[in-house]
Amino acid sequence: MSGPEHDDEHQHGSLSTTELRVRALETVLRQKGYIDPAALDELIDTYQTKIGPRNGAQVVARAWCDSEFRRRLLEDATAAIASLGFSGRQGEHMVAVENTPEQHNLVVCTLCSCYPWPVLGLPPTWYKSAPYRARVVKDPRGVLGDFGVHLPETVRIRVWDSTAEVRYLVLPQRPAASEHLSEHELANLVTRDSMIGTGLPLKPGGASTAHTSP
Amino acid sequence: MNQGQSEPASATGYVSNADLGGQDGHGTVHPEPEGELFHAAWEPRVLALTLAMGATGLWNIDTNRAARETLPNYRELSYYRIWLEGLTKLLLQTGAVQADEISHSRAVHAAVATRSVLHAGQVAAVLARGSPTSRPSSSPARYALGQWVRTRSAAPRHHTRLPAYARGKRGIIERVHGAHVFADTNAQGLGEQPQWLYTVAFDEQELWGETTPRQHATVSVDAWEPYLEPA
Repeated sequence: MSGPEHDDEHQHGSLSTTELRVRALETVLRQKGYIDPAALDELIDTYQTKIGPRNGAQVVARAWCDSEFRRRLLEDATAAIASLGFSGRQGEHMVAVENTPEQHNLVVCTLCSCYPWPVLGLPPTWYKSAPYRARVVKDPRGVLGDFGVHLPETVRIRVWDSTAEVRYLVLPQRPAASEHLSEHELANLVTRDSMIGTGLPLKPGGASTAHTSP
Repeated sequence: MNQGQSEPASATGYVSNADLGGQDGHGTVHPEPEGELFHAAWEPRVLALTLAMGATGLWNIDTNRAARETLPNYRELSYYRIWLEGLTKLLLQTGAVQADEISHSRAVHAAVATRSVLHAGQVAAVLARGSPTSRPSSSPARYALGQWVRTRSAAPRHHTRLPAYARGKRGIIERVHGAHVFADTNAQGLGEQPQWLYTVAFDEQELWGETTPRQHATVSVDAWEPYLEPA
């Protein structure tokens, strides 16, 4: 069976069937007065340039620098995140889950693609794909391996399946030897995947802080 | 075989093709860099059309999920194709658009009444507001933190948010989220009927049996009170 990524899009210099269908639908919806074309452009621009994982990285970096903010984030993530200006659609009810030396958190939506949009933007393709949704609840260490992350068995894995309207943000561990960095520099170490739990923050200076079990 | 496996969903007359948790044979995950959001020019248009039509109030998020998960070819479609097919299905079901209009790429029939049209100037405020699902509770929570519960084992004949892998399993209440719009009734047009919502955590052996290699993992779902009974 060919994967969904390769299903029907063959664009040999002309528009694909799907492209034509989408255009037809947009035309009809506009003619019937259901949509404002300028709103479509605004929506796309918002998720391409304004709402994305750099928002979440700011939240994480603040929590690393400010223990009072970290406490509020873990107690009422929706309010703490809103205090930095991020709120709304697909993040109405936020919960932050903290990685520790004993526990590593992973977030999934096995039933569809629920994801905390205000802090992470739109979900990546793999997050919405069958392999991730099927496997991460049963074989989380195998999935982490697909991302090059290998955690020792002493670290317990905690998988959060987002089956209702609660959205989860992983608060990764602050990398070692990052004491000298500013909040802004720390935010640059926070990857999208580290806030889903499929990755770890970058090390100061570049590489991911993945600790590989011997 | 999983112990306590419930009856297959197909026996109930409602089949979700989106309930993938715990299935084998789907292969490996292919990570992608942070900036890669779309893979065809039509994908952002489908995203925007879906969000804009969501604002008309012709359907809710739960009817939308039900429309998508019951697409017969769900598993063969890329994600934004699922959105396109789901959107088309809802437009036809609600009569907002008719099939001849799509095939002719032209409005032919009168528009149905909608709650509102999302205009460009409203986008930022509408997104920032979102659609909270928390509601006042009409009764006290039946379960408390640390209490053991068992999830219901029967597959309902309608949209639900209890994944098959977590049916009929014993878990512990780990968080209490207050009362929220109940997806099961909201998806069927039966109203919000708010119910208490809990995070229920399961030991991996409870979910997958003792023959599956141990991962040193705990898995939780968010479950509305009607999904649960005392254990």
